[in-house]
Amino acid sequence: MSKDVKIVKRTIEDVTKIRRTRLYIPGNNPAMIRNAPLFGADQVIFDLEDGVAINQKDSARILVRNALKSLNFGETEVTVRINPLGTEFFEDDLKEIIPTKPYAIVLPKAETHKQILQICDKIAAFEERNGMPIGTIKLAPIIESALGVLQAEQIALASDRIVGISPGGEDLTADLGAERTIEGEELLYIRSKLLLAARGAGVQVYDTVYTNVRDNVGLLLQTKKIIRLGYDGKACIHPSQIELIHKSFMPTEAQIERAERIIGAYKIAQEQGVGVICVDNKMIDVPVVKRSERILKRAEAGRRK
Amino acid sequence: MKILRSAQAGSLESQDILVTVKKGKAGTGIIINLDSPSLVQYGRKIHEEIEFVIKDFEIEDVKVQAIDKGALGFTIKARTETAIKRAIKKES
Repeated sequence: MSKDVKIVKRTIEDVTKIRRTRLYIPGNNPAMIRNAPLFGADQVIFDLEDGVAINQKDSARILVRNALKSLNFGETEVTVRINPLGTEFFEDDLKEIIPTKPYAIVLPKAETHKQILQICDKIAAFEERNGMPIGTIKLAPIIESALGVLQAEQIALASDRIVGISPGGEDLTADLGAERTIEGEELLYIRSKLLLAARGAGVQVYDTVYTNVRDNVGLLLQTKKIIRLGYDGKACIHPSQIELIHKSFMPTEAQIERAERIIGAYKIAQEQGVGVICVDNKMIDVPVVKRSERILKRAEAGRRK
Repeated sequence: MKILRSAQAGSLESQDILVTVKKGKAGTGIIINLDSPSLVQYGRKIHEEIEFVIKDFEIEDVKVQAIDKGALGFTIKARTETAIKRAIKKES
């Protein structure tokens, strides 16, 4: 590595951006790729992994690469899920995708700290080869095995590239030998553990997909649950799931009104150099201010789409 | 580069294109047979895009059959590139 290599650090924006929905788009489907920005998701994930048949991996990789090079996705954040380390596709995926500068690489089957470091090293090599500052491409690992869950803290802390982590519901329940239920009891501990790991590392956490695309009641139930747990977003496998998830993330009028008053009072207190403030007879400290800021950010996003 | 075998990429889905490449006889050049719903309006452009990719691989003699279903440039180029890569790949 040359001495004058440039490095980009992770910013607050990287780990606080509104990412309520992350829509998976099969990497070998030109029509869906082209329409990706029209669905209204906060982020799209062009999938080169499970959404692509084994004998079409080459085809999808080239199609996604060309799309990223030539299409404009507007405000929609673009990421690519590559094939995992250890597969014959991993290196070719990085080689073709990194130069097109997606916001992040979504990394399936994340299991250990060491593995994340190996992958980051590979990404850095491709960044350098393409004249990009090291750290340009962010990383969003998906934890899909019992071993990965046990290592969640180490994974989340492994690299400054990581902006968020998520559980992979289907693979996880299979690995655990659990049944997948609407209530999601089988994943409660895992969701909680990943949330802690993410917050401990100062990054976001996004939930897995709800696979029954016709069951809006179940989707709503699950989305409300993960929001209460503290999750920042949820993956979608169908555009029809986006609106419902966005609505679920929309704070109530009362929450918005209170958050506005808290932020207002906090600003005045800061200007006047007052340490402790009260709103509605309740003491307001920094965590409450942070939560209020998040409420207002979600409200603003909800008004847009 | 030499075409070693016939190969195909893409599909007949909407906004896709099915590209088949075959070895051409020496000296016959690049022969493209295109079927598209917008042959009059975009036929020439699609032709150029396919040819551009083939020339990039420095392939001289090749027969291309392309069935277009309204693909955009990024898809036409991707499917042509995939078909060629499959056709020139040496068996491991």
